[in-house]
Amino acid sequence: MNDEIRRSVAALCARFPGTYWQDLDARRAYPTDFVAALTQAGYLAALIPEIYGGAGLGLGAAAAILEEVHKSGGNGAACHAQLYTMGTLLRHGNTAQKDAYLPAIARGELRLQAFGVTEPDAGSDTSSIATRATRSGDVYIVNGRKLWTSRAGHSDLMLLLARTTPKERVAKRTDGLSVFLVDLRRAQGVTIAPVPTMINHATCEVVFEDVAVPAANLIGEEGKGFCHILDGMNAERILIAAECLGDARWFIAKASQYAKDRVVFGRPIGQNQGVQFPIARAFAATEAAALMVAQAAALFDANGACGPEANMAKLLASEASWAAADTCLQTHGGFGFATAFDVERKFRETRLYQVAPISTNLILAYLAEHVLGLPRSY
Amino acid sequence: MKVLVAVKRVIDYNVKVRVKADGSGVDLANVKMSMNPFDEIAVEQAIRLKEAGVATEIVAVSLGIEQCQETLRTALAMGADRAIHVHHDGELEPLVVAKLLKAIIATEQPGLVIVGKQAIDDDCNQTGQMLAGLLGWPQGTFVSRLKLENGKALATREVDGGLENVELTLPAILTVDLRLNEPRYASLPNIMKARKKPIEKRTPAELGVDPTPRLKTLKVSEPPKRLAGVKVDSVAALVTKLKQEAGVI
Repeated sequence: MNDEIRRSVAALCARFPGTYWQDLDARRAYPTDFVAALTQAGYLAALIPEIYGGAGLGLGAAAAILEEVHKSGGNGAACHAQLYTMGTLLRHGNTAQKDAYLPAIARGELRLQAFGVTEPDAGSDTSSIATRATRSGDVYIVNGRKLWTSRAGHSDLMLLLARTTPKERVAKRTDGLSVFLVDLRRAQGVTIAPVPTMINHATCEVVFEDVAVPAANLIGEEGKGFCHILDGMNAERILIAAECLGDARWFIAKASQYAKDRVVFGRPIGQNQGVQFPIARAFAATEAAALMVAQAAALFDANGACGPEANMAKLLASEASWAAADTCLQTHGGFGFATAFDVERKFRETRLYQVAPISTNLILAYLAEHVLGLPRSY
Repeated sequence: MKVLVAVKRVIDYNVKVRVKADGSGVDLANVKMSMNPFDEIAVEQAIRLKEAGVATEIVAVSLGIEQCQETLRTALAMGADRAIHVHHDGELEPLVVAKLLKAIIATEQPGLVIVGKQAIDDDCNQTGQMLAGLLGWPQGTFVSRLKLENGKALATREVDGGLENVELTLPAILTVDLRLNEPRYASLPNIMKARKKPIEKRTPAELGVDPTPRLKTLKVSEPPKRLAGVKVDSVAALVTKLKQEAGVI
């Protein structure tokens, strides 16, 4: 099944070659045609249950889709969140909310691929967010500022984390946060401003000024928002790890091919151990990371707790892809810097994953504290 | 009208083929396998005929080892309605394939058979023609354009020196060429649906065909490495070399 998915996604991606992504990268433009193709072929509805019109597949299938996109030289970041952002709605939304939104999301008519959590002064420290939602009759009035909200300009709906009870009035600092579904098409007082970055990634600053969000759009229980978004974050980490694997495999294939073809001093450069060993090492790291990604996805699909595995998958895969990227660039020498080779673009793109959706240090702190029982370091 | 398409499982076109060390054949271990690209074009054409309301049912057939069912699943995910797998573990030569297809056609009674012009592994380019011969049906080979009307197939063939238009009375055999269409990729819902479509299993014995190869492969070897050329400094030197060394003029 996943093999069949991989084959078809690869065939789809073959219609969007390196030149397509190079052109977008130069213009910092959104891959509208690619996203439309993936949407129309139903791949972004992989995780939505069949009763809502999706494919009802597990995270392993979604991981296969995104890995294949990245392995083909493309980038899934423009639409990968359409796969998993709905998970919070699916697992914690009420029947009316699910019936209202999931079928249209499955059909690709409604985009839910923006998730406002991070703020200028609160990134990893999620409980310190300053965006407030205050109940007033049938609505919550939202005020605050979100940063690095990817795809906010290319999404109809946005999942928003806001504080509904001040931090000083809750027992645990993660209490008092709530999740809302904000309809960006209708909301008054929302300002979305793209942030230009090192890579072509539609990330934005989103400002909320007295935005009235219907109380009916509260997802799950008020004050329990942090718990509601946690399982979604595990899914995100596993899928981003799958994208890293795809990147790593693309870099390794590209580096190996170039090392075989490029002849210097009368022999292929890949005949030199100084060239071939880093590629072999990156390959070994990638295969090891792939096992962890598969393990994390299997645990997620079995409804098991997968926090450590999801985090380790992201850590190992992002480091493997970065090692592969660096090796690929070095193997190509000067040509690696030429945009036509796609290496420099993928190199910049894959660097992101040691920072987002969670930084490497935070994963290490999590493993040290929650798995190894070491004292909390932050 | 029922359309029958034959699909072959071959080494993926992106894979660099390696010959086994003992020269007994091509190394297939851990090599990516895919549907023969020309057969994908055949499946695509059948689907387009169905979408145009000309075809009513598409039956995909593959012959060979168990894993041919993966190739059939691809055809089903693209849009074929059902599939037949003729299971055989050994080598199948074009004449045997043609005889097996003939036996299936006898029960299926399709109005049109579409196959790829050749498989990219052995490049035989024989099955379609042999099948037409065995059945006594008209054939249109290397088809790059196709129109069906009034029980006839109007096919444009890519031949040396240009294009040839032929009119065939159905039922007929078509072998299709690269420029006929661009095959679609399967959508996720169609991959899911394909899992529920039936694959009927048959054997050469049931179909009354002896699959024993008539040819014996003596040795498979890689083509010789291309040697570096030489530069000549004048036309006269070139002519001398062509005359004396190459012996071509």
